Amino acid sequence: MRVVRDLEWQGPVPAGEGEYGEFFAAAAEGRLLIQQCPQCGHRQHYPRALCTACAAVPEWIEASGTGTVYTYTIVRQYGVPAFAELPYVLAMVDLPEGVRMFGGLTGVDPEAVEIGMPVSAYARTYDDDHAMVFWEPA
Amino acid sequence: MQHHALAARRAIADCGIAKSAIDGYVSTSGGGPGAGDDAVSMAEYLGVNHRYIDGTMVGGSSFEFHVQHAAAAIREGLCDTVLVTYGSDQLTRMGRVLGTGGFQRDAQPVAGAMQMATPYGLPLVGAYALAAHRHMHEFGTTSKQLAEIAVGIREFAGLNPDARYGDPITVEDVLNSRMIADPLHKLDCCVITDGGGALVMTTEEIARDLRHVPVYVLGAAGTQTHWNIHQMPDFTEMGATVCGPEAMGQAGVTPADIDTAQLYDSFTITVLLMLEGLGFCGKGEGGSYVQEGHLRRGGSMPTNTDGGGLSSNHPGMRGIFLLIEAVRQLRGHGGEAQVPDAEVALACGSGGWLSAIGTVVLGKDRPS
Repeated sequence: MRVVRDLEWQGPVPAGEGEYGEFFAAAAEGRLLIQQCPQCGHRQHYPRALCTACAAVPEWIEASGTGTVYTYTIVRQYGVPAFAELPYVLAMVDLPEGVRMFGGLTGVDPEAVEIGMPVSAYARTYDDDHAMVFWEPA
Repeated sequence: MQHHALAARRAIADCGIAKSAIDGYVSTSGGGPGAGDDAVSMAEYLGVNHRYIDGTMVGGSSFEFHVQHAAAAIREGLCDTVLVTYGSDQLTRMGRVLGTGGFQRDAQPVAGAMQMATPYGLPLVGAYALAAHRHMHEFGTTSKQLAEIAVGIREFAGLNPDARYGDPITVEDVLNSRMIADPLHKLDCCVITDGGGALVMTTEEIARDLRHVPVYVLGAAGTQTHWNIHQMPDFTEMGATVCGPEAMGQAGVTPADIDTAQLYDSFTITVLLMLEGLGFCGKGEGGSYVQEGHLRRGGSMPTNTDGGGLSSNHPGMRGIFLLIEAVRQLRGHGGEAQVPDAEVALACGSGGWLSAIGTVVLGKDRPS
């Protein structure tokens, strides 16, 4: 996964407590992680301290970084200063690994976004060691 | 706190019960963070020394869950008479930022599962827009069909002198209103107001001596499928599919027996998903169902006869008003919006982001 160094970000950031922090730290190294249960095989995202299917301790696996848009919206009004640059696209992305991920979808004309379109992940750092995952057309 | 108190005063006076008879109290922090109206603080403020208390907070549908809990508590003899209150001065305190301004106004780190969404700039409206888009994609639902929901509910608002907006609107008005988050327009979204409401629930024996013929709780059920929108298992289906049939089953009724529905209309799409979940129409058929006019005044399922959240009032957690309007209809106090011969009413609340759904079935007649 491509990593964009962007330390200018002034908006809200993830707190990164517990497993969340491991996810965002891996993203800063270009790895898109999801969790898989060693006991029952269940895969999940967001990361947690237990498997939601069987309560075992999940392990990390690396996802391919590809996906398709499950649904999306174009945000045209939002009163938060950090998001003054409108419109922008937010999407739920289905990963071939079997989980769904939420994130910003960039590098595309908002009007051209369609459900089912293939996308790929990239990471954008928000501090020296952590990055958020975004999506762009594949 | 004052909104809770005003509503409590009116509800107690309306039913004519002695305040000292109240031995159960149920509420939730309706005013949001910083309002100081959590259940224990409010019990003290209102002077209720309860034997039973519940502060369940599942968002806007909390009050449907409260009815379920309070009914069980009364049946079990934990208490006899429960006061449920809600109050919010959200508009006064926060302005209209809730829908499109978000809770997160600066660069504070976001903890918990919201850190997977808030830092991307997800407004409340945007979360519901995700569901609306998916429903359109899978079932061909149109903005015009969603608009019909807002138009029908506005018609009822026109009969309610207390409604925030009462002037009639057309489908074109909705479609021409500003796009907030595709595909939801401004008029697909609820209003933002202050407000409050209260309920008194008691035993049949005590109710017999009060001012009004009682309305009975025939069924009450709740369920949660997720909390954050990004965890919604299927964006076209809400938990009403589970708790709707369960509550109607307890009541021994089917959708055909419901005379009026009070559905949580935070957004037009919320109502559409609820209609399908409750089984008022088939899955994916919500769009054509609303277009047939069932929800309108004189239709087969008059919905949100007080003007709903889309046009009347929405102080943040609207579930209590669904119950209040259902009771008014069953008492025959619906005024110009009265549904003729209303005997069974259904209230369905949605809390969170289409997350925690509570259904209550109320009836005029004693459950058999």
